[in-house]
Amino acid sequence: MDKAKKQQLAKLAAQVRLDIIDEVHAAKSGHPGGSLSIADILTYLYYEEMHVDPADPKSPSRDRLVLSKGHTAPALYAVLAEKGFFPREELLQLRKIGSFLQGHPDMKHTPGVDMTTGSLGLGISAACGMALAAKLDGLDYRTYTMVGDGESEEGQVWEALMFAAHYKLDNLCVMIDWNGLQIDGPVTEVMNPTPHDKKLEAFGFHVIVANGHDFDDIEKAFEKAKTVKGKPTAIIFKTVKGKGVSFMENQVGWHGAAPNDEQYEIAVAEIKAKAKI
Amino acid sequence: MADKIATREAYGQALAELGEKYNFVVLDADLAAATKTGVFKKKYPNRHFDCGIAEGNMMSVAAGLAAAGKIPFASTFAMFAAGRAFEQIRNSIGYPHLNVKIGATHAGITVGEDGATHQCNEDIALMRTIPGMTIINPADAVEARAAVEAAILTDGPVYLRFGRYAVPVINDKETYKFELGKGVQMRDGSDLTIIATGIMVDMANTAAEQLAEQGISARVVNIHTIKPLDREIVLKAAKETGAIVVAEEHSVIGGLGAAVAETVCEGCPVPVVRVGVEDTYGRSGTVPALLEAYGLTPANIVEKAKQALALKK
Repeated sequence: MDKAKKQQLAKLAAQVRLDIIDEVHAAKSGHPGGSLSIADILTYLYYEEMHVDPADPKSPSRDRLVLSKGHTAPALYAVLAEKGFFPREELLQLRKIGSFLQGHPDMKHTPGVDMTTGSLGLGISAACGMALAAKLDGLDYRTYTMVGDGESEEGQVWEALMFAAHYKLDNLCVMIDWNGLQIDGPVTEVMNPTPHDKKLEAFGFHVIVANGHDFDDIEKAFEKAKTVKGKPTAIIFKTVKGKGVSFMENQVGWHGAAPNDEQYEIAVAEIKAKAKI
Repeated sequence: MADKIATREAYGQALAELGEKYNFVVLDADLAAATKTGVFKKKYPNRHFDCGIAEGNMMSVAAGLAAAGKIPFASTFAMFAAGRAFEQIRNSIGYPHLNVKIGATHAGITVGEDGATHQCNEDIALMRTIPGMTIINPADAVEARAAVEAAILTDGPVYLRFGRYAVPVINDKETYKFELGKGVQMRDGSDLTIIATGIMVDMANTAAEQLAEQGISARVVNIHTIKPLDREIVLKAAKETGAIVVAEEHSVIGGLGAAVAETVCEGCPVPVVRVGVEDTYGRSGTVPALLEAYGLTPANIVEKAKQALALKK
């Protein structure tokens, strides 16, 4: 990836992070930790990888993203707003009555949201259904789904993985956000679902491990995924929960808590300083 | 003697027959032989997807298919559809109001010998609580076939309830017209109304005949669409006959009996007495023995009718 593009993506991701902080601060609740950990990946997906058109959000041939870890909706909303699916001002209405930005993604009311999610384990299955539909309709769109590392403790995730491999859904890309933390503590201590790489391989996936905060690595992973035929691909993204806000990084307490006014100012200043915006 | 056909048989045949007219797909969870979606699979192998013994995944896969414009039928036993996969149906299908048809077979006590773990007497209650869910419980093979087509033509989630046990065909295939959400008056009467659904409709007719012999005039109404409920026909029955018995092969809690009682209490309070599986589990046995043991008989409908009449002021 050339330097200019990388800088541009970094700037966009910084804006997405600012939006996430704005959203959660305005809502006084929400999930900043896991939103910040996927900010770079979602930025890359929507700006470089996926074929989507904000003017035609329901196009049958569009690529799709199912945010299986639906509680990190602030990251998805931020990217969708930046892309122009809906006005940015709406972000500050997150979780408020009357807003179409629900606490968890709602496909019926939010332009650009491809699947209603929030209950863990369900989204990845729906993504399998979309990938199967593409095959049945002879369309070449791809379906991406973001699964949390903690979410992978849900049995249904493994039912879906079995299904994807069984039906050779090579148009499906499963992403695991390996940030290592869930509500009750470190993922490996709460209920260890590792090793993801070996398990996913055994389930019939082509497995890629990548740094979820390095755009070169992210690009390489997605480019490779597209070349894999006859089986689905899983990308295990190593990420940092709370990435970009020093006091939130690797802190389990920031899974589902909003910053107060003082913390908000510090977070915004930090992100801006780092991105020089 | 009328032909006897299980509604699950009619379901499988309807899918196979309608497969040419409508572009739907069928999912099953290792029960294609029992749910009868295997009949469709034989004809359209490329449109039938076995999901294995993973019902939760199947329901959410169906949601994804529907979100991408397909019309999926997702089939398994009622216990594993409404029971096991309740939350997937609620969150993946119901909440986004996706166009998924749930073909739930082996509903109720007439599962027979397999016993309580497989006898789902709670599915109507569970499905009724999901906003926007349509629930159809056909009385016979003719109605079952019509219900499948009506489900295809209805946008949004539909729960279709079918039985394992062969029951008499009571509707005329040539003249039958299915109207979603409309109750069917099977026979008129003035002393009370028996409101029945599914396999209990035939028994309600028999009970009405027995009541007639005793000088009691019973109206019989078949409710195939439990949700949305035909409030008009229910309130009309309350107003005109002043007493109601509801008969269903389902728990007396939360099913059609509850739906009718709720409607009548709010709209035209008259006695409502329920015939159904009392607050208990099923068990193994032959179907006739189970129907007898759990009071799903014309004789019990007659007895409850007399109770309702006694309560009538």
